[in-house]
Amino acid sequence: MMKSGIIKLVLPAFLLLAQIGHAQTPAPEKSDSNWFVYGLAAIALLIVIYIIVQVSENLMAIEAKRLGADKSGANFSLFPQMRELIDSKRPAYLSGQPLFSLRRGFDIKLEGEAPTQINSKVKSTTYALTPANFRGIFPIPKMEVEVGSIVKAGDPLFHDKSQPDIKYAAPVSGEIVAINRGEKRAIKEVVILADMDMKYREFKAPDLGKCTREELVAFLLDSGVWPMIRQRPFDVTPAPGDEPRDIFISTFDTAPLAPDLNFVVEGRGEAFQKGLDVLGKLTAGKVYLGLDARGDNAPSAVFTQAAGVEKYWFRGKHPAGNVGIQIHHIKPINTGDKVWVMGVQEVITLGTLFTEGRFDTTRVVALAGAELETPQYVKTYLGASLSDLLKGNLKGKHVRIISGDVLTGEHKAESGFLNYWDDQVTVIEEGDYFELFGWLIPGSLRPTLSRTYPNFLMPGAKFRADSNTHGEKRAFVVTGQYEQVLPMDLYPQHLMKAILAGNFEKMEGLGILELSEEDIALCEFACTSKQPLQHILRQGLDMMREQS
Amino acid sequence: MKKALLHFFERIEPDKKKSPLLHTAYDAFFTFAFTPKTVTTDGVHIRDGIDLKRTMVYVVLALQLCYLFGAYNIGYQHFHAIGQYPGLLDGLHLKLVYGLIKILPIFIVTHVVGLGIEFYYASRKGHGVEEGFLVTGALIPLLMPPDIPMWILAFAVAFAVIIGKEAFGGTGMNIVNIALLARVFVFFAYPTYIAGDEVWVSGLEKVNGVYQTAAYGGVYQFFDGIFNAWGWDTFGAGGAAVIDAYTGATPLALGYQGGWEKIVATYSVSDMWWGFIPGSIGETSKPLIILGALFLIGTGIASWRIMVAGVFGVAFTGLLFNAWGMTPFMEVPWYYHFYMGSFLFAIVFMATDPVTASSTNRGKWIYGFFIGVIGLVIRVMNPAYPEGWMLAILLLNVFAPLIDHYILEGNMKRRARRAKAAAQ
Repeated sequence: MMKSGIIKLVLPAFLLLAQIGHAQTPAPEKSDSNWFVYGLAAIALLIVIYIIVQVSENLMAIEAKRLGADKSGANFSLFPQMRELIDSKRPAYLSGQPLFSLRRGFDIKLEGEAPTQINSKVKSTTYALTPANFRGIFPIPKMEVEVGSIVKAGDPLFHDKSQPDIKYAAPVSGEIVAINRGEKRAIKEVVILADMDMKYREFKAPDLGKCTREELVAFLLDSGVWPMIRQRPFDVTPAPGDEPRDIFISTFDTAPLAPDLNFVVEGRGEAFQKGLDVLGKLTAGKVYLGLDARGDNAPSAVFTQAAGVEKYWFRGKHPAGNVGIQIHHIKPINTGDKVWVMGVQEVITLGTLFTEGRFDTTRVVALAGAELETPQYVKTYLGASLSDLLKGNLKGKHVRIISGDVLTGEHKAESGFLNYWDDQVTVIEEGDYFELFGWLIPGSLRPTLSRTYPNFLMPGAKFRADSNTHGEKRAFVVTGQYEQVLPMDLYPQHLMKAILAGNFEKMEGLGILELSEEDIALCEFACTSKQPLQHILRQGLDMMREQS
Repeated sequence: MKKALLHFFERIEPDKKKSPLLHTAYDAFFTFAFTPKTVTTDGVHIRDGIDLKRTMVYVVLALQLCYLFGAYNIGYQHFHAIGQYPGLLDGLHLKLVYGLIKILPIFIVTHVVGLGIEFYYASRKGHGVEEGFLVTGALIPLLMPPDIPMWILAFAVAFAVIIGKEAFGGTGMNIVNIALLARVFVFFAYPTYIAGDEVWVSGLEKVNGVYQTAAYGGVYQFFDGIFNAWGWDTFGAGGAAVIDAYTGATPLALGYQGGWEKIVATYSVSDMWWGFIPGSIGETSKPLIILGALFLIGTGIASWRIMVAGVFGVAFTGLLFNAWGMTPFMEVPWYYHFYMGSFLFAIVFMATDPVTASSTNRGKWIYGFFIGVIGLVIRVMNPAYPEGWMLAILLLNVFAPLIDHYILEGNMKRRARRAKAAAQ
């Protein structure tokens, strides 16, 4: 506050001086000493005013802090903040709840958005659980089933040898038809041929009002819902003994072509609320909900009416919907903190376990991208087969199928399966073509932040994107580019350099613990030098995790 | 057409193992013609359309007007000194041809030497030729006096690229601005060629204590032949004496001697503004530099923060000097400092080099401001160095990592304080 105050005052003073200097120059001999004295007097006057303003400003801040009002996001400065002058008005549906307007970020607008309607004809016959989705578990987990076993939804399929309590459960009922192995006999995926009528393992959920936290945790571990919780920092499955400081849930996804979560939760409000109640029991802190304040209309009542949680509204471009960004603004992760995060559909699975006593992994998935004949939503289960979901819907053969969004998703073969947390499949064109003078006069428009392209003149336009890198990898040259799309008080480029140099102290100091790959993905997209930022960040996070 | 070209490139590709240097050169030209077909692997699946080539070439585009005017102004100054073709458009063909004959060899030598070294190092290190020299190579000719001997230029470029860049690891790793390093090399190693009153107007020599134009060589005779055929004016034999009022001194040298009055006695304010004054090739015309600056700011290639902070720095220091008023040069009204010398060129094209500038947004304000302050202090207070921007920018280049260090320290401290507050 102090610094911005100084700038605010010095600038006008300077302009004033400049004015005086200008006005006096035609007759310099006469009034030379005069205007110097006047100038000094003006400076003295300004300093006096400045001190008065600064003192009252600080008094205001102290008072606000004493009353605890400074956390509300309101401005207690005597000066309007820049964003108050520029920003449009707060949406009416906020009803006084705190709002964060994030100015930095970028929405990559792509063709192929799915209209909010579920195509119930698309069904998947096989489903798979992929051990590699879970960070930190051994590549060859201990199998509890074999090929030919019959499982119900919720039956454990395997567990990690170092954490035997955490069960990884079958998302659907049926027969294990394959256990695919990859390099060094690592288990790539456990494939289930699903029953026509789903059979569920029966659970007797503990009564939330009476059970202890230990009983609850034991139940979650056994039921297979535990791996759906992720811990920040590091983005790993939490250890059973850990208790999180707080739990954060983002109720909107700003990634390119992401599913509309308001649509996804339709008719599942009860389970969502129950899931929130369970989470409330798991932490001594609070459960925070990040809500979408971007639209003219309020988001789904399932989110706005949620009880027992703290609600914070966010407005801005991608990555405003990333939970990591929201944590940074609500209550940042400090060294030693552990917070948990969960996706909306995972919370619903958790809630269903308590409302209906079964492990229901129903997922509403958006199939999107310019290379699909008809982008659409489908209702399926966790780990659905991509070939089933996309059957007859691909425009061409030369496409890239991505489980997840174009920034953070994983490149999958057509025979692959949806990843554990993904509720989106994106299909884009492969970009392995040479382009004549593509760097200077590109043949087609492409998504970009750079104003060397005319994109910024077409705010509503949507673009086709392909997987071409549009240039070669280079050393870090351009600066300020990452900060432009990361709405955090953090210096990504310097953090990346600290990671590459293996400087732990600096990594931690510059906030690596607050970041996850999805937060930095947009920086990677924008990078002029085509640096693999997510990869570098993961290296750093792994180093930090080994240290702690 | 595209297919045929691709096919042609495929056919002539040299063997990478047998002739690495040739292959590097081939690769550089190939990737110039075609963006490669590499696709994203891990991480993001789509990439922004911008790359380093495009970024760099936009700076080169922004310099084009300076090149054009620079070529003209070399000729204009030459004929102005001997009192011929006083009008701006009089003898336009002679002025342009004269300037081009001066500027083209400088441009070619810079690129042959610089790119040659770049290609060599790229092939030794086994990676592609990086684009850094695109901008460096475009800047160096504009920073030189028109009569710079080619061997000095070649030395300077080689020194700057080898010591300034490759020794540190190539593009993106250098500490100081390469183009400025080339200039500073000439400045300290061969000062008589780049400082003083005699070097800024091209093609004059001192015979019996009087300046006169040197004899026009063979190239000029060749053009004379063409001009004769069309019935236009020709260069002639040379040896014309300069006009009585001629002085090769730049406004800054005059300002140091006698303040603003002495400057305007020789150069009009509008000449200084539009750039019809002697100086380094590219730095004289202020409106064209401002156009380039607007282009760079509009496309988001260069940092507007550095430019604005630099202007503030000069204005602030200029005002201080006005108030102090000890020497005549200090009394030059602060806003006229923007009319003289190469401040605008330096702050727009040299200071904004992202590799050597401060890399944090807050740091850029400090960095730009101090370039303005220090540069003007050197300009006004030091008689040995008529212009201060080269040294000011090099100095701040060296200090930029320190500025960033403290900004990052601040960020780290903020985080630590936050953690402490949360722990209570």
